Amino acid sequence: MGWISPFKLNQLGMLNMNRRNVDYIARYNSRASYPLVDNKLKTKLVVAEYDVRTPRLLQVVRQQHEIPHFREMAEDLTGFAIKPAKGSGGKGITVVTGRDGDEYIKASGARVPSAYLERHLSNILAGLYSLAGTPDVAVVENLVESIPGLAKYSFQGVPDIRIVVFQGYPVMAMLRLATKASDGKANLHQGAVGVGLNIANGHGLNAVQFNRPITLHPDTGLALENIVIEDWQEMLVMASRCYEATGLGYMGVDLVVDVNEGPLLLELNARPGLAIQMANGRGLLPRLRQIEAIRKPHFTPEERAAFAMETFTSRR
Amino acid sequence: MTSRSRIPFYFAILLLIAAGVSIAVWRHVELRIPWFTGEQQPVWMVEARVDFTGTGEPVLASMNIPDQPPGFRIISEQAASPGYGFSIVEDSGERRAEWSKRDVSGAQTLYFKVQLVPDEQIKPDKPRQRPKPEPAFWEEPQATAVEELLQQAAARSSTPESMTRELIKLLQPDGNAQNTTLLVANDNYINLLNRMLNHAGIPARTADGLALEDARRRQQLRPFLQIYDGDKWLTFNPRTAEQGLPENVLLWRQAATSLLDVVGGDDSEVSFSMLRQTVPALQLAQAQSAENGLGFLSLYQLPIEEQGMFRMLLLLPLGALVVAFMRIVVGIRTSGTFMPILIAVAFVQTTLIPGLIAFLSVVAIGLLMRGYLSSLNLLLVSRISALIILVIFITAGLSIAGYQMGFNTGMTVTFFPMVIIAWTIERMSILWEEEGAREVFVQGAGSLFVAVCAFLLMSAPLAEHLTFNFPELHLVVLGLILLMGQYTGYKLSELRRFHPMKAYD
Repeated sequence: MGWISPFKLNQLGMLNMNRRNVDYIARYNSRASYPLVDNKLKTKLVVAEYDVRTPRLLQVVRQQHEIPHFREMAEDLTGFAIKPAKGSGGKGITVVTGRDGDEYIKASGARVPSAYLERHLSNILAGLYSLAGTPDVAVVENLVESIPGLAKYSFQGVPDIRIVVFQGYPVMAMLRLATKASDGKANLHQGAVGVGLNIANGHGLNAVQFNRPITLHPDTGLALENIVIEDWQEMLVMASRCYEATGLGYMGVDLVVDVNEGPLLLELNARPGLAIQMANGRGLLPRLRQIEAIRKPHFTPEERAAFAMETFTSRR
Repeated sequence: MTSRSRIPFYFAILLLIAAGVSIAVWRHVELRIPWFTGEQQPVWMVEARVDFTGTGEPVLASMNIPDQPPGFRIISEQAASPGYGFSIVEDSGERRAEWSKRDVSGAQTLYFKVQLVPDEQIKPDKPRQRPKPEPAFWEEPQATAVEELLQQAAARSSTPESMTRELIKLLQPDGNAQNTTLLVANDNYINLLNRMLNHAGIPARTADGLALEDARRRQQLRPFLQIYDGDKWLTFNPRTAEQGLPENVLLWRQAATSLLDVVGGDDSEVSFSMLRQTVPALQLAQAQSAENGLGFLSLYQLPIEEQGMFRMLLLLPLGALVVAFMRIVVGIRTSGTFMPILIAVAFVQTTLIPGLIAFLSVVAIGLLMRGYLSSLNLLLVSRISALIILVIFITAGLSIAGYQMGFNTGMTVTFFPMVIIAWTIERMSILWEEEGAREVFVQGAGSLFVAVCAFLLMSAPLAEHLTFNFPELHLVVLGLILLMGQYTGYKLSELRRFHPMKAYD
């Protein structure tokens, strides 16, 4: 049972929930832009205009009566992901990696009948996973296959990279690795591992699981500090572009690296969590203030990414 | 983007809180609504009993009744006299109670009751017309004696008050003999004093006072002398010349007219009995709010049923305050933002322990049933609807079982909001499937903890008293909640959550 004094937290520049909500989300995120990020379908369409690629859209299930046809569509597919368009925090996402006769194989390895998927679709449409319980649509996307260099670190699931983008500048990043405890999901509070990434070069910094520092992945046993993300600059630029696409001043950009298609945008988040600070071992506030102090903002995503790489160098 | 200045915001909050507090203080002063529950206030109940014998003719009995007696506030007046017509007549600055009846014979008794609260601040209004001294005529040899006495008194005094005091001293039997004995007979003393002062150009009158002592019967009025000093009537003890009204003396009659007139009756007399009671100060304030101009600001005018409802409703802001504090400053996770308030409201009805047991058993049984529902593969809306019906069955079952086993408290289950419970069960069940049992317990315990805190605050007698009797205090609650909305500091839970950051210091 440990406690830390608020003065020490302040000294470390830790951004807290209330300040994030009042000073950053409420101030920099226009309410009108929320639907763009809260609805994955809209996100897909809007970022496409800014050359940010997303996993291929296979189908959109909008109505209850379309559900029986889902099976016909899924007939030819090997892997796909069913997502509620308005879901949050990875809720309601079911990943199917393959088929075995009539049964589908989930990412966790569990076999489920098609009735399970149909019920899941029905739940999504009824709004069980949507933010305010409003009726929703289900998005079926192509399965993302992670590059082996990253996939080996993760226990099942696709590792994804969360980049916090403030006013178009990438300010902090982390890699999220699924674990057995997180049931193959890259969700930190369910027990996924977060690895802080150096904005300057995409090298791993610290790692945490359940808010506790670790050095080895609990399931794969690999040392986490050796992680290097390739195409780092390209990913930062991609994240930075999302600012132009949505106009959100403070957001989390979730990226994956597909073995065939390269970096893809998974989703945007207008209320990115605070755990990224633990993974990086440093607070967000100094960086956010540094960006706020910029007199002449850079206009292109490339310039902003370059600025961030130059400025936010982290030493271990 | 520049940050807006928060000074206007804080100023507005300050204004809001100040407004709430000052309206409350104002109403406390004006309407005398007590700050605390159980505050008692003494009330004098004075009963005037009029006895007379009817002579078979129509009767009109008219009695002078108190009109703005100094030092007292009248809170109620009533007459008890079967068969008589009764009304209170206000006539040229005096108030009279009038009883009337067509055929009256034999002994008659009429009662007039008045309830009074001692109140130092009560002063009679200024007379509309400035009283003038009434001329008095004296025959010799009294005229000379009067002149002499008045000259002596005038020589020793400078103001109407001192003149009055000196005159009273001179008229005492042990004073300088001759003139006094010539003038004073046993029964005309007060009248004489009155007439002499008027003769000297000082408006004077006699008033009748009643010494209030607990549980006395058959009391008579005592005369007091009043003079007008150009601004107000001053009261003197006609024997000791002591100025001012003694404590606990009620001036029943302050006008120049008679105390009692009975037309059509003989042997009339008045006697008084009195009783000291204590009445909750709140009840007193409620009884008076209708008369006071500020009364419209209070909820006492509403029908009792609505008042009961508001009593409950006005507690909700306190619950909201607790929830805001717990979530913003402490950082407790609850399932559903305001579910804890509704549970707390239900606890207020059921009391804590039976409420907790009932709530936990309903939710637990509901979760079991929800497990079966989830295997039925239903649409969300119909699943929730089914759950609502099941929750009602569960509560009915618990009530009946509790009743048969002799626990009446089992029936209080019905106070829980069914729909909210159904949603709680649904959320808990989803949470269980998605995040595991641990999160269900964390959020469930968090919700219950917040609900219990809200309950403890809402069920405090003082909280109920203040929220209902000073609804304007909710402006303060609103201000506090708005202030909390600006709190950007660390939550208590974050000090724990971020503690591994110590390693990077």
